Amino acid sequence: MKTSREKAKEICTKSQYGEATWWEILQLNVYLLFYKDCAQFSAKNSKLTSLCEQANMQVISEEDKEAMKKELEKQL
Amino acid sequence: MPLHELHPDTWIDKYADYLFNYAITRVSDTEIAKDLVQETFFAGLKSAKNYKGEAAERTWLIAILKRKVIDHYRKINSKKGKAEVRMSYANTSEEEGDWLEERVADPFSKGGDETLENEELGLAIQDCISKLPKKQSLVFSMKTIQGMSTEDICNELGINPSNLWVMIHRARTALMGCMNQTWF
Repeated sequence: MKTSREKAKEICTKSQYGEATWWEILQLNVYLLFYKDCAQFSAKNSKLTSLCEQANMQVISEEDKEAMKKELEKQL
Repeated sequence: MPLHELHPDTWIDKYADYLFNYAITRVSDTEIAKDLVQETFFAGLKSAKNYKGEAAERTWLIAILKRKVIDHYRKINSKKGKAEVRMSYANTSEEEGDWLEERVADPFSKGGDETLENEELGLAIQDCISKLPKKQSLVFSMKTIQGMSTEDICNELGINPSNLWVMIHRARTALMGCMNQTWF
């Protein structure tokens, strides 16, 4: 069973991707009022989002990685 | 006894994205960056017998990739003609030594402090992502870096949205901890 704090933190993560429902956002705002650690977590979570955007990272697709692995295995 | 050992079977899962981000900031082309990463792994295998275990595996692979980037520019240079590339090198009259290698290593040639900081940031995040459990890192990358929809990720990985959000939440919490001292 998740505690209210854990639930609030999960909603906070969901809201970083704009996928929290209005009801979840309402719940989150209530939690933020009462739990200081949730507010700190929320601030850090937002910072992580902005850092990820700022870094402009890219990844190799899983498909390409699988192809790379096969090529590498041939050499092993 | 060597401090580090090579584990080529884990290279792609652990280092491919890190090397890819390193390469892409230097060659600005995803396909070329991908090829350079693949070539780096091949070269790593070939020269594995020379690995002394003094440097960490990733550091050693980055050193190989640096040479691959230099080789890439040398190839371009030999095709286009050296004079053309020399013209774009800053402060040519003041510089001595191997101008081509200096260009590859020079962080200021790509637009100054901000670019350099973003590159460092990207590599720091990538480093932390590589420390996550495989599935968490995969879900986080698909959602955050590739910007895939929740539905597509769930279909591709055979998980439900609730599992996805738990994994992303755990990944983000771990990343915050990993990056805490330097970036928060």
